[in-house]
Amino acid sequence: MNSICEVRGLRHRYGDHLALDGFDFEVAPASWTTLLGPNGCGKTTLFRVLCTLLPVQQGRAVIDGLDVANQVMQVRRRIGIVFQSPSLDGKLTVEENLRCKAALQGIRGGAFRDRSQECLRMFGLVDRRHDRCETLSGGLRRRVELAGGLLHRPRLLLMDEPSTGLDPAARLGLADAIGSLKSEGVTVIMTTHLMEEAEKSDRVIIMADGKRIADGPPVALRREVGGDLITIVPRDTAAVASILENDLHLEAKRVHNQFRVLAPEPAGLLPELMQRLGDQADSVTIGKPSLEDVFVAKTGKRFE
Amino acid sequence: MSVSQPPAPGMAESVAAAWMLACREWKRFFRQPNRVGAAIAQPLLFWLLFGIGLQGSFQSAGDLDFLQFFLPGTIALIVLFTAIFSTISVIEDRREGFMQSVLVSPVGRGSILAGKVLGGSAIAWFQAVLFLILVLCFGTASVSSAVLSLLVLLAILAVAMCSLGMIVAWPMDSTQGFHAIMMLGLMPMWLLAGTFFPIPAWDASAGWGPKILGGVMRANPLSYTMVEMRRLLYPVTDDAAAGFAPSPLICWAVSVLFAGTVTLWAWFLMRGHRKVDAIS
Repeated sequence: MNSICEVRGLRHRYGDHLALDGFDFEVAPASWTTLLGPNGCGKTTLFRVLCTLLPVQQGRAVIDGLDVANQVMQVRRRIGIVFQSPSLDGKLTVEENLRCKAALQGIRGGAFRDRSQECLRMFGLVDRRHDRCETLSGGLRRRVELAGGLLHRPRLLLMDEPSTGLDPAARLGLADAIGSLKSEGVTVIMTTHLMEEAEKSDRVIIMADGKRIADGPPVALRREVGGDLITIVPRDTAAVASILENDLHLEAKRVHNQFRVLAPEPAGLLPELMQRLGDQADSVTIGKPSLEDVFVAKTGKRFE
Repeated sequence: MSVSQPPAPGMAESVAAAWMLACREWKRFFRQPNRVGAAIAQPLLFWLLFGIGLQGSFQSAGDLDFLQFFLPGTIALIVLFTAIFSTISVIEDRREGFMQSVLVSPVGRGSILAGKVLGGSAIAWFQAVLFLILVLCFGTASVSSAVLSLLVLLAILAVAMCSLGMIVAWPMDSTQGFHAIMMLGLMPMWLLAGTFFPIPAWDASAGWGPKILGGVMRANPLSYTMVEMRRLLYPVTDDAAAGFAPSPLICWAVSVLFAGTVTLWAWFLMRGHRKVDAIS
């Protein structure tokens, strides 16, 4: 397969804790892949291994045909990175920050002027380039980070929770920016713990306990769960469990204080359900399965 | 967007990256006026308070009074403080993410070290010189032809202190840890360099206490820089009466060797230390 990023049997340990447990995946060029999972699922570890911040302990990771384990410097020239924690220097202006990032990538002089102009224009930052970064809003700062990550024309852009601290409008702007990057041939891999963000990408890899538990376009993943979902918040947990299991013979997944029932025809089931439950339930809701339900269906745990 | 195949990192690129990191240090420094003010005001205050306060109880080493004696020590303190402030930023940078973006860029650790040390030591040097000008206006020391040598010696000291700061800061994940090492290691090193009190003579009549103290102070490379700095500040003073007066050649050799050794040590420490790269 003509892949820009390939990971095989990647394992990573922090002492006794196994953060990545034989992880495999391949990413096609000019696509947008999201690594989705709750905190501690291993997505940030995977991100750090791919961006060469952590060494490859076991397994193999290849970016653009280069081995991440022993061709570190070459790999670093092909990847752009946007970290979760802001990597800008607040005391420097937008342009000075870009100049710093460019110098680290070996871009100077005329090449820097051309590239920085291009990147500033791409993210609508031309008017703000003499502003100190500490005076910018969270959304603008993210845009500067993105511009900085793209100065050296990377083939692969890695982003760790890029929407942290962004308001809804800025998040939309981020999604648009990623869309336009893709059309220019840049591959994007990002991590997130936000469902709505993952929904926008071409492909979602859901992670839990350092493993890949689901992989595919968001629509296909949701379809895999099938039917509609009835969510019941019980008042008396034991009573509701007994009604669902013994009286209605429904297969209900219990996730913390909720019961989830997958049903092909929920409308037909609802009257009987309401009647049997009576006062035992605080709320009964019907909805389409979300990526969270995919996670719940695969792991039996709530996504948090 | 077209895909370019960038060349491997060359010497020019490494130097440019180091220079950019150094420029960043300077810009950051001068854009925080409180840092500039505090780094000058605190040693000035120390120097005047200790100098005037202890003047009466000080048995002179050579012909110097305490205000004069303490002057090189104060300059060393400025350099030490500034070096610490600029290297402590390594820990903050890593927390804020700036250092992460530097660590994952295709420049060697040598460039990062050079940028940090060049930036930090230039600031330290600049502050020490500013302080020196202030002192010359007071008239505690006089301008002589030795001033050029003094500027060079200050630069060597600044590089040594910054590299030493990097050795301490690089493996640290908290600024508290840095402060602990600073109080336990760097401050005693400063105190035991003949900065605050003269280095005791090492003769037969000395007791065990002064002998041990004298031994430790003689083993401290900073002592040699201090002796030379004092000599350059007060060229006419006869330092034969002082307990410890190695020749200028020895003083310069030790100072240069010390700066070179700690810089190399910092470089070895930074190379291949990926374990500490991902502190979050």
